[in-house]
Amino acid sequence: MAQFRVCPDSGFYFDKSAESLMKVNAIAGAVSLLIAGILAIGVILTRWQEVHLLPADLFYQALTGHGINALIFWIIFFEIAILYFASSTLLRTRLAAPKWAWLGFILMVVGAVMNNVAVAQGNSSVMMTSYAPMQAEPHFYLGLILFAVGALIGVFVFFGTLVIAKDDQTYEGSVPLVTFGAITAAIIAVFTIASGAVILVPTFLWSIGYINHIDAEMYRIIWWGLGHSSQQINVAAHVSVWYLLAGILFGARPMSEKVSRTAFLLYILFLQLACAHHILVDPGISSEWKVFNTSYAMYLAVLASMIHGLTVPGAMEVAQREKGLTKGLFEWLRKAPWGNPVFSGFFFSLVIFGFIGGITGVVMGTEQINLIIHNTIYVPAHFHATVAVGTTLAFMALTYLLIPVLFRRSLFLPWVAKMQPYVFSAGMTIMILFMLGAGTLGVSRRHWDMDFTGAALSFEYPGTAYMMMAVGGIGGVLGILGGAMYLLVTVGSLVFGKKLEPSAGLFQSFGVPLSSGSYNIQQPERLPMAPKLAVEQHGSAGFEAPGTFVLAMALLVSFVVYYFINWDYLASVWPLS
Amino acid sequence: MTSYLPPSERIWWKVPVGKQEVIWIGIALIWCLIMFFMMPYWHLFGKQNLSNEAYQTTPAKFQARVDEMVAQYQVGEEAGIPIVRPPAGSDVYLLGRLWQWYPILELEKDQSYRIHLSSMDWQHGFSLQPVNINLQIVPGYEMVVTMTPDQAGDYAIVCNEYCGIGHHAMLGKIYVKEN
Repeated sequence: MAQFRVCPDSGFYFDKSAESLMKVNAIAGAVSLLIAGILAIGVILTRWQEVHLLPADLFYQALTGHGINALIFWIIFFEIAILYFASSTLLRTRLAAPKWAWLGFILMVVGAVMNNVAVAQGNSSVMMTSYAPMQAEPHFYLGLILFAVGALIGVFVFFGTLVIAKDDQTYEGSVPLVTFGAITAAIIAVFTIASGAVILVPTFLWSIGYINHIDAEMYRIIWWGLGHSSQQINVAAHVSVWYLLAGILFGARPMSEKVSRTAFLLYILFLQLACAHHILVDPGISSEWKVFNTSYAMYLAVLASMIHGLTVPGAMEVAQREKGLTKGLFEWLRKAPWGNPVFSGFFFSLVIFGFIGGITGVVMGTEQINLIIHNTIYVPAHFHATVAVGTTLAFMALTYLLIPVLFRRSLFLPWVAKMQPYVFSAGMTIMILFMLGAGTLGVSRRHWDMDFTGAALSFEYPGTAYMMMAVGGIGGVLGILGGAMYLLVTVGSLVFGKKLEPSAGLFQSFGVPLSSGSYNIQQPERLPMAPKLAVEQHGSAGFEAPGTFVLAMALLVSFVVYYFINWDYLASVWPLS
Repeated sequence: MTSYLPPSERIWWKVPVGKQEVIWIGIALIWCLIMFFMMPYWHLFGKQNLSNEAYQTTPAKFQARVDEMVAQYQVGEEAGIPIVRPPAGSDVYLLGRLWQWYPILELEKDQSYRIHLSSMDWQHGFSLQPVNINLQIVPGYEMVVTMTPDQAGDYAIVCNEYCGIGHHAMLGKIYVKEN
């Protein structure tokens, strides 16, 4: 039975059922992002104190919905699509158990809707973290559990697809690096979701009265096994997307397969220790435990990210230099396709993730420095750099690639698409930098009113803090505009975009297969190994990517300076012991 | 040619690694180790560390300790909340509840106090401003931190863990007096 089509533009082979599943998951992700984005307006305009848009109850409700939709639903729906792409499409194999995959998708949708309904009803404004003993409605937890079960099914369909590809020998040699990275993400996803089950199932039972007590500290530790590790799925997934985009845009090959894969392996081994980042100033946890875990056992996962930070742009630089862009240190970068949103999105994601998200994450995850950062608005500033720019922008860039390849439409309003990564990155960067500043001044996160209206006692933040929250608010609005531009282009493309042959109508965009004649390939040819290089450069020639090395050293210097500035700041506060 | 094809060498793990990557990995690893050893170093030589001292408790038990201290050392009242001046070096009990830090403390500059913290209901965040010291306050747990205020002044305790609709109004006070 012929069930593959080949994309005439990219040469990718799509399995019929995998194709539909990728589409529906990507669209469900975009819908979640839309909800998250609308709620973001309420959140940012309330935190901008001069505007102070929403009353307290609506603010906390919007913040809960914003966090869950952006950090969980948008990202994980999209990641399931990426897992199917990295297995079925990249390895030219049929998807394992498509019916199970559909079941997983339906569970995820039901779970996401149920959770959103619970939040919308108003009695579950408990924030994404839903810290016990504050209690939400039972269907708040049940929605999350169903979503997680669905995602877990998707992960196992991915593993099954790898097994089929191996059995059918659809590729030569080892799996590609991008697939390897996706495997990393999937393995992390399994223990992430397991942690989620361990804590959310009892919490659900507690909310319906079968269990009478949930220990608040135990909840925090295990919940963060879900909460932080899920962000580590994102890291593994978006690093894979970076490699994929560098490969597609520039024909880049990894500088060293061994180095890049070892770095992914370090993620599997150490990333999950990071639940400790959230409990550094909690009672009853020993310093030894905190130091070991918060540093991912001597920062070995940070080492992995620093390696990718060199090898991703390095791979691009090597490929560009082979094309003759060899002048000076940075011609390869200057002459990159800056007008192509796939490239600009990819590159801003890389830079902002590394320079802002990475550095602030390590600084605030330092056991003692966390004392001056915990629960301030510095924290959301950090994870907007990692997830809202790092992961989300990488996925946005990938979307611009997928619209013609997977959805068979050309981009709607290409000039909007062209500007989108710039607007989004600029807005988010402004918001992030000023929120980092406000956090350093002690402004707290998840807080409706920095004027403390109605409090029996009083306290005034310095004027600078208000100024920073206002500028951050302007940045946030610009970021939301960038997000809206993304949704305008994607939704517009599916509805109004020029149809490419083999053509996709509106229904096809939402998961209905193309006309059956399009699937005219029974089994694609075996995926060949990458061609050998004419000259073996690695290991002998030395500095193939000097520009990248300079950028990496710039990262290191900023890192070192900023790290010690924070120790200095810590040294100025009251002595504690 | 690319990152999404199988590696060009079947035995890819035996392909030698380029000099540039080796150097970068070396530098990054050294930096990682420096960052790691900064934490134990600060435990030995730094002045801002949390103790590992904590106890399991119950709201009733902790409340009793707080009430006892208030009865013994109350020196005044502000906005209906007692102001307490415990002796230097003593055990001081501070509780967080919806939506109040109780009681108000009056401490002496450059004296150390063993501050016990716990919550009566949900989780709260102890955020001392404008010093910016932040601690997580968890019900059922009593955290002990020895604090040495090194500057006189009026300090506020902002709650920075979301605790419901009145969260933003949850403020406390610590007054630090010159001795």
